[in-house]
Amino acid sequence: MATNQDPRSEFLKQAMSRRGFLGAVGATGAAAALAACGTSSEDSTSEATTGPTDQTSGENVVWANWTAYLDRKKGSYPTLERFQKESGYTVEYKEDIDDNASFNGKVEPQVQNGQDIGYDIVTLTDWLAAEWIRKGYSAQIDDSLVPNKKNIEPALLDVAFDPGRNQSLTWQSGFAGLVWNKKRVPEGLKTVQDLWKPELKGKVVVLSEMRDTMGLIMLSQGTDISQPFTEDQFNNGLDELQKQIDDGQIKQVKGNSYLNDLKNEQAWAAIAWSGDIFQINAEEGDQWEFVLPESGGTLWSDNMLMPTTATNMVGAQAVMDYYYDPKVAAEVAAWVNFVCPVQGAQAEMEKIDKSLADSPWIFPDDEILNNSYVFATLTPEEDVQYSDAFGRVIQG
Amino acid sequence: MAIAQAIGDTIEDQRTPPPDPKKRGRFTPYLLLLPGMLWLAIFFAVPLIFLFSTSLQTPVAGGEVGEFEQTFNFGNYVETLTDEYYYVPLFRSFIYSGIATVLALLIGYPLAYMIAFKSGRWRNLLLVMVIAPFFVSFLLRTIAWRQILADEGVVVGALRVIGLVGDTGGIYPSALAVITGLTYNFLPFMTLPIYASLERVDPRLIEAGRDLYAKPFTGFRKITWPLSMPGVVAGTLLTFIPAAGDYVNAELLGTGKNSMIGNRIQYEFFNVRDYPTMAVLSFVLMACILTIVLVYVRRVGSDDLV
Repeated sequence: MATNQDPRSEFLKQAMSRRGFLGAVGATGAAAALAACGTSSEDSTSEATTGPTDQTSGENVVWANWTAYLDRKKGSYPTLERFQKESGYTVEYKEDIDDNASFNGKVEPQVQNGQDIGYDIVTLTDWLAAEWIRKGYSAQIDDSLVPNKKNIEPALLDVAFDPGRNQSLTWQSGFAGLVWNKKRVPEGLKTVQDLWKPELKGKVVVLSEMRDTMGLIMLSQGTDISQPFTEDQFNNGLDELQKQIDDGQIKQVKGNSYLNDLKNEQAWAAIAWSGDIFQINAEEGDQWEFVLPESGGTLWSDNMLMPTTATNMVGAQAVMDYYYDPKVAAEVAAWVNFVCPVQGAQAEMEKIDKSLADSPWIFPDDEILNNSYVFATLTPEEDVQYSDAFGRVIQG
Repeated sequence: MAIAQAIGDTIEDQRTPPPDPKKRGRFTPYLLLLPGMLWLAIFFAVPLIFLFSTSLQTPVAGGEVGEFEQTFNFGNYVETLTDEYYYVPLFRSFIYSGIATVLALLIGYPLAYMIAFKSGRWRNLLLVMVIAPFFVSFLLRTIAWRQILADEGVVVGALRVIGLVGDTGGIYPSALAVITGLTYNFLPFMTLPIYASLERVDPRLIEAGRDLYAKPFTGFRKITWPLSMPGVVAGTLLTFIPAAGDYVNAELLGTGKNSMIGNRIQYEFFNVRDYPTMAVLSFVLMACILTIVLVYVRRVGSDDLV
């Protein structure tokens, strides 16, 4: 099906550099990873990028983000409040993204036609960010307006879909792994196969995000999802998913709302996103535990992009710059519990909460890094083919 | 008397002579129709044409995700309708909405009957109670059913005690939960039209039936039921049509195995972005509903609606 080999090799670069990033964060093993990917610094800015676009400006910045993705205190966002006071901008922060596909479905037709979608910043997961950049929907970042961009974790700088980060900046990264209710599943889970234990029949929920659910299952079958894989390997994973759904082992396949099922004990175990679990543990009392399966979990990032139709790009970049200040980044990380993409935030975190500075889920250690994989970038043909096949299994 | 006379006179005086049909009114009906027709043309006919042209498109070879070119590929229809992945949820939609409509009728008719004939001074209160759920968002009401039917909830607990549900079994998510949700959500659309037509039934007709020695049931069958028929037809249509296209209930109360056609279209539209196939499905859904409604209305024979 893959007629075009370019995206594959591109992906390889990406995977390597992302793995490199993880190594770098982990402080050891970085050398090997970086050597392998061979990307070193800013000089690799992409040739493909066009010159700086016209920078629109205004007083109001509208930011579309996911739910529970910014520090929050009694109905307001402390870091954002401070930004507004310091900069004079008004930021409309909207938790409008519930899942990549439906958000994209809503705004893509307008962006395509050059109409304003009402957002100056959108926060998209890697695969969709890659697609937006490929399709020319995102505006250039002017480095002089985002001086803190230099704080990005080195290997995150040269991702394949945006080498040098000319059009995107990582917001947070995170893992998909296994979660279980400690009361209901006292013995815990170690592998993806543990989800298929008879006593969990009908009590398992998996994510509707293909790359996470399929990623974990394929890893458990020994497929390295960060490398180009074959259709057969994908189908093997899909067969397993189909079997578990048909047997009634997996009761539901869900997006963000899987958290409700965990909370009301409709589900006792799930394939889940790391930060979510720390947040619901904080809300509901320490009831759940999260691990990466022994065979590995997935690692993904969400990225801030400015649509070409943004009406206040200068303001949007001021927001990006502000959140790349390590001190601010640490405050956000302390609340959202996802992986922080900003260098120097760990040192700042020491001042906020020592235990969080040591949290491997915010500042990942080697063990976790070596056990997590970035899902390969798919070509448009593969994307359509695999999403359709995945849809047929989870919807069929 | 004098006042009445006076008023009568005034009314008489002010009455305008009947308009001359030749001079005026030839274009008035069309002018009055214009806003509605324009609305229909712009927001229904034109999109329908776009939808139809989309349904004939084919993917651009080697193109982007969601990139299609205009062709006249009628094969899209054959391909879609012979694919189990699409026709199964289509059938399922009609089965679920059909069952929900029958259930809503079985619940809604007695309810409307009671309110119309037996409620006395409670009538308005009862009517408000039928409408009251509309004050809460459709989504919230449906999500509430998750709690009601949850494994650890009261309903499942009670059913377990009497042995109708196994110790590990449940109701949510399942076909039963979806149909329950559909029935609940569309019940007011069934009840209100039936109530409206029952309320207009002249009680003297029923009394006359009794006087002629009709048993209560015969009276109902021969007088009340036929007279309430317009309400029944309107109610079943108002329930069946939106229920067949509904995806919220199946999304929130079912699993993939309970997907209705709306869910299939929604999922594929956003995730696979196979727009032509989704356009085909939308068209087929419309055609099916139209056919079912026409056959139904012809059979039941309500002249008001065709």
